[in-house]
Amino acid sequence: MQALNWEELQVGQEVEPLVKPAIEKVQLVKYAGASGDFNLIHTDDETARKVGLPGVIAHGMLSMGFLGQYTAQMVGPNGFVSRLQVRFAGMVRPGDVLTCRAKVTGKNDEARTVDLEISVEKEEGKALTYGEATITFLKRG
Amino acid sequence: MLIDRSVIGSASEPQVHEIEKGAIRAFAQAIGDDNPLYHDEEYARQHGYASLVAPPTFPTTLRVPNPQVKFELSRVLHGEQEYACERPIVAGDVLRCASKVIDVYERQGKLGAMTFLVTEVRGEDLDGRLVFRGKSTIILR
Repeated sequence: MQALNWEELQVGQEVEPLVKPAIEKVQLVKYAGASGDFNLIHTDDETARKVGLPGVIAHGMLSMGFLGQYTAQMVGPNGFVSRLQVRFAGMVRPGDVLTCRAKVTGKNDEARTVDLEISVEKEEGKALTYGEATITFLKRG
Repeated sequence: MLIDRSVIGSASEPQVHEIEKGAIRAFAQAIGDDNPLYHDEEYARQHGYASLVAPPTFPTTLRVPNPQVKFELSRVLHGEQEYACERPIVAGDVLRCASKVIDVYERQGKLGAMTFLVTEVRGEDLDGRLVFRGKSTIILR
């Protein structure tokens, strides 16, 4: 995705989605190491089953990380993601293919911010993670 | 309840974290995020940053445990998460981070009684300027 311009983002607009490659177990091991979240429900099937899960589940923060990737791509080098807020509603498992979606809900000319409604889905219309983001465009000149 | 409400208001010792380029790259790579701001220092410099930029959810790596709050890690699910930043975090930043328990409460869920723990983290530079805030809700079952 190309970085979007402040001018072209319109309230109500749906942004082109980001489809991530299928989650792999090795990705969960890498994310555990890189993030410092060593909860074994994300990397060890035996521990996951012991606490009643069907097997390892992805870190919620990995899905939030995808939304961070997606929203940061929108602003590119022209600004930054100043707020991300999500609720984790459903489990993500190895093999799942996730799609990030966003819709513009507000624009503030003075602050040069864009508010977005964001979600991560496996099946269309069923958000596994959802929330809000604000991207801040830097003022030029 | 799995956590006593007496921990509300308790705080961690502040911890000083140095933001490292390798940690940024490893974190972005685990997410599968190839944004050049996180990988290519020259590119980041060309866009006005002192060094590599950290992805929006990078503060999750800056762990500040609160010794007063104890629970079994494998019983934890992530409920909600928010990050807000005043400016992007950049490699070379030195941030003083501290966490504080905001709330503890119980709800009945599909899986029985669940305890919710709400924690806030604040990261400041060494001059005391706020750089990021995080708010997390974790669920113990």
